[in-house]
Amino acid sequence: MHIFEEIKKSTITAVWFVFLTFPIMVIRVNTIHKTIEWRWDNMIMVAVGSFALSFVWRYFMEHRQAPKPEAMGRGVPWIQNARQAIKHPVFFYSAIALLTVFAVIFPFIFSRYQVNIMTTALIYVMLGLGLNIVVGLAGLLDLGYVAFYAVGAYSYALLHLHYGLNFWICLPLGAGLAALFGIILGFPVLRLRGDYLAIVTLGFGEIIRLVLENWNEFSKGPSGIAEIPRPPIPGVELSLSESSVFLYFLVIILTLFTVFVVNRLRNSRIGRAWIALREDEIACQAMGVNKTATKLTAFALGATWAGMAGVIFAAKTTFINPASFTFLESAIILSIVVLGGMGSIVGVIASALILILLPEYLRAFSEYRMLLFGAVLVIMMVFRPQGLVSTVRQTYQFKGLKKDKEVG
Amino acid sequence: MMERLLDVKSLTMDFGGLRAVDQVNLDVCQGEIVALIGPNGAGKTTFFNCITGIYAPSDGEISVIPPGKKPIRINGFKPHKITQAGMARTFQNIRLFPNMTVLENVMLGRHCRTTSKILGAILRGSHTRREEEETVDFSYHLLEKMGLEKYANEFAKNLPYGAQRRLEIARAMATEPFLLLLDEPAAGMNPQETKELDDLITKIKNEEGISILLIEHDMKLVMNISDRIFVMEYGREIAKGTPLEIRENPKVIEAYLGEEVHA
Ligand SMILES: Nc1ncnc2c1ncn2[C@@H]1O[C@H](COP(=O)(O)OP(=O)(O)O)[C@@H](O)[C@H]1O
Ligand SMILES: [Mg+2]
Repeated sequence: MHIFEEIKKSTITAVWFVFLTFPIMVIRVNTIHKTIEWRWDNMIMVAVGSFALSFVWRYFMEHRQAPKPEAMGRGVPWIQNARQAIKHPVFFYSAIALLTVFAVIFPFIFSRYQVNIMTTALIYVMLGLGLNIVVGLAGLLDLGYVAFYAVGAYSYALLHLHYGLNFWICLPLGAGLAALFGIILGFPVLRLRGDYLAIVTLGFGEIIRLVLENWNEFSKGPSGIAEIPRPPIPGVELSLSESSVFLYFLVIILTLFTVFVVNRLRNSRIGRAWIALREDEIACQAMGVNKTATKLTAFALGATWAGMAGVIFAAKTTFINPASFTFLESAIILSIVVLGGMGSIVGVIASALILILLPEYLRAFSEYRMLLFGAVLVIMMVFRPQGLVSTVRQTYQFKGLKKDKEVG
Repeated sequence: MMERLLDVKSLTMDFGGLRAVDQVNLDVCQGEIVALIGPNGAGKTTFFNCITGIYAPSDGEISVIPPGKKPIRINGFKPHKITQAGMARTFQNIRLFPNMTVLENVMLGRHCRTTSKILGAILRGSHTRREEEETVDFSYHLLEKMGLEKYANEFAKNLPYGAQRRLEIARAMATEPFLLLLDEPAAGMNPQETKELDDLITKIKNEEGISILLIEHDMKLVMNISDRIFVMEYGREIAKGTPLEIRENPKVIEAYLGEEVHA
């Protein structure tokens, strides 16, 4: 009975897919010979494929609904064991040591190409962690995050072009300017939440890009700015490949710095205020949190990392133009945060690496790589909507309590 | 005459054409438990929202007078300023931070009594560390007082209903108010839980020295613990007085159809 129902539904799905894909998959118009080619074998493939997929999909959906969200992870023994194992200091420190060794020898055992994509991935880790402050912690859906990335990149490019300022000065300047832009965006959107906020920030991102594209005197328009110097070491001439290794290490250090700062911020008075604002804005204000200040710090601090990442991006590619700062970029960074699990640092790092490295290594699959990429995203959202790493409860040591007990 | 803590004069709140609160006068003195009662839709919650800065009232004067200090006129103040001034509240439909732990919920209440800034959070110097320790300790002790310590590291959303209500009170108390506003704290509680709440509120008043203004429908609770009662109907204040006076007041009996008041 049940299985017939399933077969019926899957058949309907298959027919529907065949219908939808008919014009592109079956009919092919040959414009040279003016003939129409009917590719019936494609139709059969679509039918069988969508039937099978729909069947599998339904099966998984049914099984997904079974366990309650809270029971997940807590109830499953091996996940719990794995969690405990990870927390164990021996495991933890050896993992850290291994990672460190790997990160250090990485540029010496792999090609320059590998080093470059790893650098890019790490830049996205920074971007993801920065946006994580705004979206994951403070719960402000920002679709224009790339604007601050652009501000950082153009700060370096233009300050170097006009004033000859070098990378090391521009790194904090770019971060600071991006923070300023974060506040400038923050003010008008203070009263907005959810979808409204998303739309306005999206608009802001586009405005910045359009300004850069059209204000030729200022930004050189679509042709962009070239010959941006790579990060120099005073008194040392670096070859091209040495320079990318240097950049790699620089990005590693900055990523660690980001992790350190974001982690400290999250477990602080301000971090709690961000999370509370995300959880319930009205209750948060009523408990004595200044909404304006809290939102603005979230925007400003989030933007800071984008600005820094932007400066590094400009230094890495040595050429920037507005095409690097489209909405797609914001969407990718947002996917990193959502996929990683809102507010989770480890999750964001993992998902940034997956999302940026995966398409690179999938190049072997050439045209299908984006399709695969999309499939991975969809599957993730279906099976782990809370992200790779769900929020971990922060626990505290009650010092006073211990004292009391010792005294009493 | 006891010292006044809250003084509201002819407070009015219009929503478009609807006058939800109409020229209401109310005051709370030091050491008092004052109740605000009235049928559903009378405008009690709106009154709370006005005096806690969530709505900007259309008209009227609101002053708080922190004990031993000068009166502060709080019309048009942002909610956090009012909390800072020493008036904290709970909500009719519980508004906890569901994905924060019970302890963190209370710690958030300490926000307005602590000062560490961004740089402090990043560098975590001795000041920040001390403050953070004090926040944890203060919050934990508060949980103990409210009988919630066993839940300290649970997510707030996983708490039983009665405990969630108590946690909301604990969170408000973490802001060290001199006046606590409770919006229907007994709503949805069983008689046993209501009895415990009764004791808890009295304890808060006596041991912590916090005065209380509460909205409540449970007449037994109200008559039991209140020093004075204000009654609202259709946005207007129709009566005020001691529980005894209110019980006998014909207008109140009419508003409540004479049933519950004698409960
Ligand atoms: N934000 C609002 N906008 C419009 N009308 C409102 C709003 N809040 C409350 N009201 C109206 O004000 C009246 C009083 O509501 P409320 O204060 O919640 O009553 P109570 O708490 O006494 O049950 C109701 O008629 C309600 O519909
Ligand atoms: Mg109400």
